[in-house]
Amino acid sequence: MRPGQWAALGLLAAVVWASFSYLALDLGALRTAEAGASMAKYAASFLPPDLSGGFLARCGRATLVTIAISAVGTALAAVAGLALAIPASGRHGPGARAVARLVLNLLRSIPELVWAALMVMAAGLGPFAGTLALAWHTSGVVGRLCAETLENAPREPMQALQLSGCRPAVAFLYGTMPVVLPQFVAYALYRWEINIRMAAVLGVVGAGGLGQMLYVSLSLFQQHKACTVIVAMLLLVIAVDAASAWLRRALSGAR
Amino acid sequence: MRSAGGRWIPEDPAALPRLALTVLMVVLLVPGFRLTEFDPGLLFDPHNRLIMGRFMGTFLPFATAPDFLRLILKATLVTLAMATTGMAIALLIGCPLALLVARSLSVSRIGPGRGRLLGSVLRVPPRLLLMVFRSIPEIVWALLFVRAVGLGPAAGVLAIGVAYGGMLGKVYAEILESGDARPAAALLAAGAGRFSAFLYGLWPVALPELLSYSVYRWECAVRASVIMGFVGAGGLGQQMDVSMRMLNGGEVSSILLVFLMLVMLADGLSALLRRLAA
Amino acid sequence: MSLRLDGVSLVHANGLRAINDVRCEIRAGEHVAVIGPSGAGKSTLLRLMSTALRPSTGVVQVLGTDPWHIKGRTLRQLRARIGMVYQAPPLPARQRVVTAVLAGRLGRWPACRAFASLLYPADVAGARAVLARMEIADKLFERCDRLSGGQLQRVGVARTLYQQPDLLLADEPVSAVDPALSIRIVSELIRDANARGNTLVASLHAVDLALQWFPRIIGLRSGEVAFDLPPGEVTEALLGDLYASEQGAPVAGGVPSRGEFGALRREPGFS
Repeated sequence: MRPGQWAALGLLAAVVWASFSYLALDLGALRTAEAGASMAKYAASFLPPDLSGGFLARCGRATLVTIAISAVGTALAAVAGLALAIPASGRHGPGARAVARLVLNLLRSIPELVWAALMVMAAGLGPFAGTLALAWHTSGVVGRLCAETLENAPREPMQALQLSGCRPAVAFLYGTMPVVLPQFVAYALYRWEINIRMAAVLGVVGAGGLGQMLYVSLSLFQQHKACTVIVAMLLLVIAVDAASAWLRRALSGAR
Repeated sequence: MRSAGGRWIPEDPAALPRLALTVLMVVLLVPGFRLTEFDPGLLFDPHNRLIMGRFMGTFLPFATAPDFLRLILKATLVTLAMATTGMAIALLIGCPLALLVARSLSVSRIGPGRGRLLGSVLRVPPRLLLMVFRSIPEIVWALLFVRAVGLGPAAGVLAIGVAYGGMLGKVYAEILESGDARPAAALLAAGAGRFSAFLYGLWPVALPELLSYSVYRWECAVRASVIMGFVGAGGLGQQMDVSMRMLNGGEVSSILLVFLMLVMLADGLSALLRRLAA
Repeated sequence: MSLRLDGVSLVHANGLRAINDVRCEIRAGEHVAVIGPSGAGKSTLLRLMSTALRPSTGVVQVLGTDPWHIKGRTLRQLRARIGMVYQAPPLPARQRVVTAVLAGRLGRWPACRAFASLLYPADVAGARAVLARMEIADKLFERCDRLSGGQLQRVGVARTLYQQPDLLLADEPVSAVDPALSIRIVSELIRDANARGNTLVASLHAVDLALQWFPRIIGLRSGEVAFDLPPGEVTEALLGDLYASEQGAPVAGGVPSRGEFGALRREPGFS
């Protein structure tokens, strides 16, 4: 390795060591047999998972609610994102572009969980808050991507239609949308997949679904129920990963 | 529209698939609205409006009291330290598992032999472990660790370590498998150990990609650290949670601003490091 | 009076004078060809006529109206009567041919019909008929990016024919297609103009094509009208001057000579 690389490695090691000591992390203490044993005991308290019929039904419903949160949230975000992307691509002048871009940046910079906490305040506990949180955040992400695609889209088709007497809105639909739509749909589906995982998590601040069930059962020290919920979350994430990989393979094979 | 034998066949071949897709979307979304208890009216409920209005009203001006700023500075440093130490632990967990799992480092796969099936079977437990680590959301890990080791950054560090260890392990293995496996295979065939084969066969080629992904993950870890604060794992997130509960909009907006700057900083640093590594 | 240009000049932002003091009148139902060397301003002239560009000086009157003194709905209604065939058809890649062709009448359709046609094409039979005239009716439901260059050009022409404009402008419609297809396209444009009585103005690179099919030839050079004559009076000398290089020397290879397209035209199977 070159001396420059050694220096970089040394710097990195120093930074890591500094971080450890700043946090005054007593990770050494965690390595004692005592700590290990108490962690093991804590882990064991979760087993066996609660598999009673009634609770499994509630878990099943919570899973559906989680998926619904992600679906409705992503759908709302797709519409809002596209709507914001049009001024953000500069089609209504530089002033509108700056404002729209600022709004989109604000929306996407605030993490979903913070949005969820805010929405719980605005709409109360429950899945509606989670849906809104995902909608706000994802519209910023989708809107930004859409704005870039729209900016790069060729203008000739739309201009030619306007020259033959079309209203701007109709000319946009027929001239520009066909170019933008496939990428937009693909990205929306990709965000939906991410949002399913997010929706499971948002419940931790009270935004419904599996997350809320987990938080409640942990707070009530119902370890066995909590274990079931964690397993449900795990299965959901794995299923979504597998489904999207399969879908991607099928689509790329078909083209 | 033509009809053959009485059935309605539209001329446009895309018509039926489009109809089917529309029906599918309606079938998915309409119950979805019900399940999510979608009720925009709630936003305008007088009680909620009062709380939200009062809260939003205090967003400006930003809270700039020196005590508060000192607190925020400390929280920011804690967040950064959490991300860095968490990544360090993730590396400790992810690297060995990746080495175990990468098929390009498997002696038994080089040639026909009895060990092949056994090798595949033995790779399953570390694979499963990696999958469990990364599929449970990091905030759930944080929740669990908070209950195990108490409130504070230690829980967040462990949560990032475990969750990101799973991610790193999987992606490292993929990177190691996607490169040219022949140098490593040659070394293994000549009797070198797995680690030597890695160090001399795969490491030089895979390094830029490994580095690039790791830096990107560190940037994600910074964001995750803030979020974990919401469940008590310290740092900016915990501070924001406290301020929100007290409906102190000024503090929340200040912390949001710091968070945005922190994310931009991490973004910029990450881009710089990745360019240097490439 | 279908088209009237009076003292029209166009000066670009960088000072380049693209069109200089052009004066011409085109009556309803006339067929006019505009010829000239590259950079003469043929495209610019047609874009001025199509209301895409605004003249720096002078007055443009299209279909009896000055387009730069009307706005909104009136302007849209005027533009719906003007059709343009482009050298490179402005069709979105993933759009299907049927939608691209039907888009020709969007200027006249009410908004609800325009939206509905996105879900299910509003006039499949009409689109098929006009594509049949271009001999690619079988590509009705094909995607535009799956067509060859010649096929795409035919779709572009079909769209303008479907629009049924009162003034049809063609900006080098056949410069990028092979000679046989050029003849097919030009002859169909002329046939359609005769049947419907609309005005046809086409800028063409191939002088032979212009001289053979159009009863009035306008020669354009450096943004100015060099001549405006029936084909019988367009001499080789005039053409030589038109196409001479900047220094006045005759252009290498000569002007596309007569007889080139005449030979093709006598082949069986072409109109």
